[in-house]
Amino acid sequence: MKQPFVTRRIVSHALQYLILIVAALAVIYPVWSAFNISMMSDVEIGAYPPRLIPSAIRLENFQRALQQAPLMRYLTNSVVQSLLVMVGQLITACLAAYAFAFIDFKGRNFFFLVFLSTMMIPWEATIIPNYLTIQRLGWTDTFQGLAVPFMATGFGTFLLRQFFLKIPRELQDAATIDGCNSLRFLLTIVLPLARPALGTLAVYSFLQTYNQYLWPLLITNDPNMRTVQIGIALLQDEERLMINTVMAGVTMILLPTLTLFVVSNRQLIRGLTAGAVKG
Amino acid sequence: MEPKQPSNTHRLNGVEMPRRFGLTGRQRRAVKTFILGILYLTPSLIIFISFVFIPLIRSFELSTYLTDPIGRPAKFVGTLMYQRLFETPVFMNSLTRSVQFVLYSVPTTILISLCLALLGNLRLKRIDIFRMLFSSTIAVSGATASLMFLYLYHPTVGVNYWLGLLNVPEIPWLVSEKTALFSVALTTIWLQIGLNTVILLAAMQTIPEELYESAMIDGASAWNNLVYITLPLLSSTFFFLLVVDMLAAFQTFTPIHIMTSGGPLDSTNLLVYSIYREFYFNGKYGFAAAQSIMLFFIMLVLTVVQFAYIEKKVFYE
Repeated sequence: MKQPFVTRRIVSHALQYLILIVAALAVIYPVWSAFNISMMSDVEIGAYPPRLIPSAIRLENFQRALQQAPLMRYLTNSVVQSLLVMVGQLITACLAAYAFAFIDFKGRNFFFLVFLSTMMIPWEATIIPNYLTIQRLGWTDTFQGLAVPFMATGFGTFLLRQFFLKIPRELQDAATIDGCNSLRFLLTIVLPLARPALGTLAVYSFLQTYNQYLWPLLITNDPNMRTVQIGIALLQDEERLMINTVMAGVTMILLPTLTLFVVSNRQLIRGLTAGAVKG
Repeated sequence: MEPKQPSNTHRLNGVEMPRRFGLTGRQRRAVKTFILGILYLTPSLIIFISFVFIPLIRSFELSTYLTDPIGRPAKFVGTLMYQRLFETPVFMNSLTRSVQFVLYSVPTTILISLCLALLGNLRLKRIDIFRMLFSSTIAVSGATASLMFLYLYHPTVGVNYWLGLLNVPEIPWLVSEKTALFSVALTTIWLQIGLNTVILLAAMQTIPEELYESAMIDGASAWNNLVYITLPLLSSTFFFLLVVDMLAAFQTFTPIHIMTSGGPLDSTNLLVYSIYREFYFNGKYGFAAAQSIMLFFIMLVLTVVQFAYIEKKVFYE
């Protein structure tokens, strides 16, 4: 009796893995084929029937993409913008979440609702006045124009507040008795304890900003201030550029976010599921 | 900002503090905590007021004006823009196309993600690798996804060749006004799969194991488990995803801008793209603002419905 049971389990496991692998390949197929195309020669991409994989690992297309457009400059712009937004959001959200979790002030619930309501206002509903504001301030083609409007976050404040609430209030009482003021309590006790939540917010806001498209499209005209997402879309518009060069560019700008995704997977997923799943 | 706060406090605490002077110690402490609380909120509030709340009001205002070419209100026209919205085919087309886009993308996204989450929930070694692969589209930007799909839709080097091997007739993808919207929707579906799968997986892990154990004792099949335990317990998650995906679908811009520019024949001119085109290229700020206010109301209704549903859920639980 034992033998067939074991065999059946092995077969069933093998089948399950097979289905998993097919599903995974289907999901990553667009990225996988972009990686492959980026290493094909001009002859190979014109071949019929089309090739699935390149004949060798070639890096010429990456060089070509870098020569065609200042991709490194775009990348720097995007990283600077994303870091500014990230740091800004961490500061504003930490302060606000601290007030919502540790200070019993009048109107706290009202202000909390105000913060949450910002999540329900689509960015597109405010984009025209914001665009006009940035123009009036002379902030087109500047980092402050790219970053300042995003430096507060309802979602991030909510996320941190939920985490802060788990920190025992006795800690605060003890700190107060020791003559520790609220800002010092936040900096020296709350923040070190909340490191995982801060990490989640940091990764989340970096990814969001790095992947922005419409806003940088509107407020940057100077090629030196373009972000990488706009830069890559412009690369595609160049008629004479081969698809392998474009895909080399795509690969280069995907690598930072994919790496960040793999490295900080756990933290990112905890953040993304924070609002969705109870418990 | 600062000097205003005491008087503000006074008004807000008016019920307990009929007089400004002669506060008791407790009241004075309440005022102090209030000021402290507001101080901590101030950085966020400044950003929200300048870039969310005032602009929202100004969008309303702008939608009631004719503007000069650089967006300054020139002539008050009341509800004219809104009347025009429903009279001109441009907006009605964008609206119906957006609804069509939602119908194409949202159910498909949730169905595919459900399958992936069920696979990712199998008890197997190294399953975390598959979970990571299934959710990897979270890290991909709209712009890069659009470029990759642009390649997949390429008439000669794209997927048509491989589909041809399976006897699928050639699909004109982005070229024909009949298939373009669906082709763009596929891009959005792919982009959203990651987030949907992550959330479904997390929700599945909160379902107590005992439920499946006792079902197994009763001789339930895997299918029974799915239909009578997993799916019903995921209902609130499905609803959450439905709203999140609908909002995302209504806000789609990047794939349109990169892949179709609204064409062919305006078949992919979705709401946000239409807003962009009207104000950025045509300089019709008022008209575009009216469209963005309509978008705001659509979103508002969707979120309110979600909250109402969740409230009801909580009540019945």
